[in-house]
Amino acid sequence: MLERLKEFASEFFVTGDPLIYGADVAIGITMITIVTVLTYFKKWGWLWRNWLTTVDHKKIGIMYIIASIIMLFRGGVDALMMRLQLAMPNMDFLHPEHYNQVFTTHGTIMILFMAMPFMFGLFNVIVPLQIGARDVAFPFLNALSFWLFFLGAMLFNLSFVIGGSPDAGWLSYPPLSELSHSPGVGQNFYIWGIQISGIGSLATGINFLVTIIKMRAPGMRWMKMPMFTWSVFSTCIIILFAFPILTVTLALLFLDRFAGAHFFTLDLGGNPMMYINLIWMWGHPEVYIVVLPAFGVFSEIVSTFSRKKLFGYKSMVFAMLIISFLSFFTWAHHFFTMGSGADVNAFFAVTTMLIAIPTGVKIFNWLFTMYRGRIRMATPMMWTLAFIPCFIVGGMTGVLLSVAPADFQFHNSYFLIAHFHQVLIGGVVFGYFAGLYYWWPKMFGFQLEEKLGKWAFWTWNIGFYVCFMPQYAVGLMGMTRRLSTYGWDTGWWELNFVSTIGAFLMGVGFLFQVAQIADGIRKYKTLKASGDPWDGRTLEWSIPSPAPEYNFAVTPRGDDIDEWWEEKERRAKGIYPPEQPLEPIHMPKNSSIPFIMSVFWFVAGFGFVFGWLWMAILGLAGVGICMIARSFSYDTDYYIPVDEIKRTEASLRGSV
Amino acid sequence: MNKKPRSLIRIIIPVVLTLVTIALIVWPMLAGGQYVVLDPKGPIGASQRDLIVISTILCAVIIVPVLILSAVIVWRYRDKPDNKAAYEPNWSHSTKAEAIWWTVPIIIIGLLAIVTVRYTYDLEPSKPLAHEKAPITIQVSSLDWKWLFMYPEQGIATVNTLNIPADRPVKFELTADSPMNSFWIPQLGGQIYTMSGMAMTLYLQADHEGKYWGSGANFTGEHFGEMRFDVNATSDEDFDNWVAEVKQSSQALTTEGYKALAEPGTSNVAYYSAFPEGLFQNIVTKYVVDGQSAHSKHGSSSEASGAIQSPTDVSNQDEDKSAN
Repeated sequence: MLERLKEFASEFFVTGDPLIYGADVAIGITMITIVTVLTYFKKWGWLWRNWLTTVDHKKIGIMYIIASIIMLFRGGVDALMMRLQLAMPNMDFLHPEHYNQVFTTHGTIMILFMAMPFMFGLFNVIVPLQIGARDVAFPFLNALSFWLFFLGAMLFNLSFVIGGSPDAGWLSYPPLSELSHSPGVGQNFYIWGIQISGIGSLATGINFLVTIIKMRAPGMRWMKMPMFTWSVFSTCIIILFAFPILTVTLALLFLDRFAGAHFFTLDLGGNPMMYINLIWMWGHPEVYIVVLPAFGVFSEIVSTFSRKKLFGYKSMVFAMLIISFLSFFTWAHHFFTMGSGADVNAFFAVTTMLIAIPTGVKIFNWLFTMYRGRIRMATPMMWTLAFIPCFIVGGMTGVLLSVAPADFQFHNSYFLIAHFHQVLIGGVVFGYFAGLYYWWPKMFGFQLEEKLGKWAFWTWNIGFYVCFMPQYAVGLMGMTRRLSTYGWDTGWWELNFVSTIGAFLMGVGFLFQVAQIADGIRKYKTLKASGDPWDGRTLEWSIPSPAPEYNFAVTPRGDDIDEWWEEKERRAKGIYPPEQPLEPIHMPKNSSIPFIMSVFWFVAGFGFVFGWLWMAILGLAGVGICMIARSFSYDTDYYIPVDEIKRTEASLRGSV
Repeated sequence: MNKKPRSLIRIIIPVVLTLVTIALIVWPMLAGGQYVVLDPKGPIGASQRDLIVISTILCAVIIVPVLILSAVIVWRYRDKPDNKAAYEPNWSHSTKAEAIWWTVPIIIIGLLAIVTVRYTYDLEPSKPLAHEKAPITIQVSSLDWKWLFMYPEQGIATVNTLNIPADRPVKFELTADSPMNSFWIPQLGGQIYTMSGMAMTLYLQADHEGKYWGSGANFTGEHFGEMRFDVNATSDEDFDNWVAEVKQSSQALTTEGYKALAEPGTSNVAYYSAFPEGLFQNIVTKYVVDGQSAHSKHGSSSEASGAIQSPTDVSNQDEDKSAN
């Protein structure tokens, strides 16, 4: 019995690597600390009532962002391990198999568990405030989406210490991801981690689409919507069409692995190329999903910190909608070398480079928003300014990659790696950082001090260029992606060594940010933010920071794109809006079902990962029971009485 | 925001950091290594290099002015008490300006699209190269984790090393007996995937004798990084001598030998004086289900009788069978 238990444990837990033992210890200590602290300060009830069961979009947004930053750390550590392994030829730091796991989890985590939740976090915190709404359209679904994402991400992360990580690349091409080449449970973790969180992503997309369509403040016509809201809207359209493809693709892959189907294996008539087409039909729109909201963030920030109206509003909207449409006609550029023939390659080459047109127009419009403005160099604006040259260059190398016959030389080389990191870091990460700094006071009610933020900014940026510029060069020298090691004879080591230095500089930048936040938390009482710390332009700045749970005491109007700016202008002239009477506010009640249901999904996913059908069925049954329980819960809302609103407003405004 | 006078140190730090950055980037570029992609040794590679240069110039036409413009705008309109530049907070539309920056990118991308489409047809990998000498055919199969090269006309085979005659087109026929890989010899020309169940065609040519770098470019698992090979381009005479030498001094690759070779694992360079007849076709058709041709699973582009040679063209395989 003991022997069998031992055997089971040795397969169940990942063993044999000192790095992993280190991680095991770290995870154990962290868990114990969290539990101890929560128990000692008697915070379990607070955690449950205020966070785990909340349906408040602002709190959900904050939880998304916290989870995303933790995942940024995990993905970043993966990146540093890879760069360490590649710093010198013939390094013996990571075994090839371990290296493969590290780059697979790095890619998956950064896109799906870092960029996506960061984006959803910003959606949640800002969109309802910007459109003058009290909540999203489906608050319960919103909480469910978050917990599905979170537990999906946790399931995926578990693979690192239990069972073993996936190692077939972040898009898991078959046959590498099939049972024949990945017999372990790593791929199952990949499938179920993404599948569970993917359901959440799809639901969020629908939720915000409906929120934006139905819940805008009176007077806010389509062409009066703030630009960030427009970017969220175009993103949600892409999510609506792209994520179902991912769901189906992973389901088919799972059937291959679990039920012996042959969708993607050549024997018995399947086809791995079908998978590659399908995964990129999701995967390419996905990069526009994550970058469009960043464009929205930049639009808000450029306008606010130049103290000027956004230039070319209609062009911006039009450009964004074109991008979301075109994003579905570019997927084949990921495999020009598959030999589809000149007709297909020419078509996808041209559709890909077309995207550069609306993107270029947006850059011009940002520049001309600054033109004749007054640019203040606060950290959100600095990240925005850093984004512009970075994205122009990254965009240009993207256009180079879209030239099909030239791509035969760039494809799968480090040139490609440098390109997509430049647009994803320079566009997405810089954008989300800018957004985080910009809306931080609105989320937490205090401002971050800028000094450490500027250190973070410079180390991040310098680190970025030191890391990725050499990768363009080493790609032209013939170095291919996903190599775990190379020889002295290649002549690649100098560039790789420099690149590694840059990666660690970015790591230092991240530490500065952590320090900045820690410092802010320590001094938050002295850093109290007003409702409108940046002299903002849109509705979210018209209410106190942090926003009260009902957002707006009286429903605002949205007659102008920069409604709050106009309002301030009017007030300066002595024109005040008529006093509106307060009315009781209708709010959704907290619910524990989203959390519990997601835990059951996690249980089901874990069962499927290990092929323990009893556990999967148990989990799915739990999910079903939660759905039934929800369908019978009638007591789902309440009213905040006028007196309480008055009290809240007085205390919030009084302290401003 | 309260503005303090800018102390010297605050200017020096970014400047020094920027210079260090540039130095770090430029130094290794000069220090070592060879830009194989930009140093082609054959017509395909040369065309691709030209295309890279043309497209870079076209893109630079837009991005260089924009980069300068952004620097100027940010500098000129920064928020300083004594900044005398115009401030117009409500200026947010100019049809003329927007017409310009919709039109300019459209023109540039239009030009680039024309260039791209032309080159895409010209450089279609399965298009034969014009040359007075007939092409030599080499069949390539990527295995886990090594490359098998078969010379049907010479009847020999090699592993992880490739000899070709210089100044003569080479018709590579490619497939995989393992996960999809990508066959890449940067100095001769761009890569193409090797895929199970399919035969792809790639024409390349080395103009000069020499030794070139080749590798697998698509991830195939644990030891994919070791799928490197040297390409030795020699004179026709030396090539024939080399073939004769391989025929004499090496053993034949048997069917069992191939099975052992195809097992996952790395391999040293190896030479074989012969290989089983039709081995390449057997690899390609390994997964054919009864009643279907290998080709029928992969689209029907080549059924329109060969205006452009499709990589999956069955007629390729038929020719090869007759050649054997």
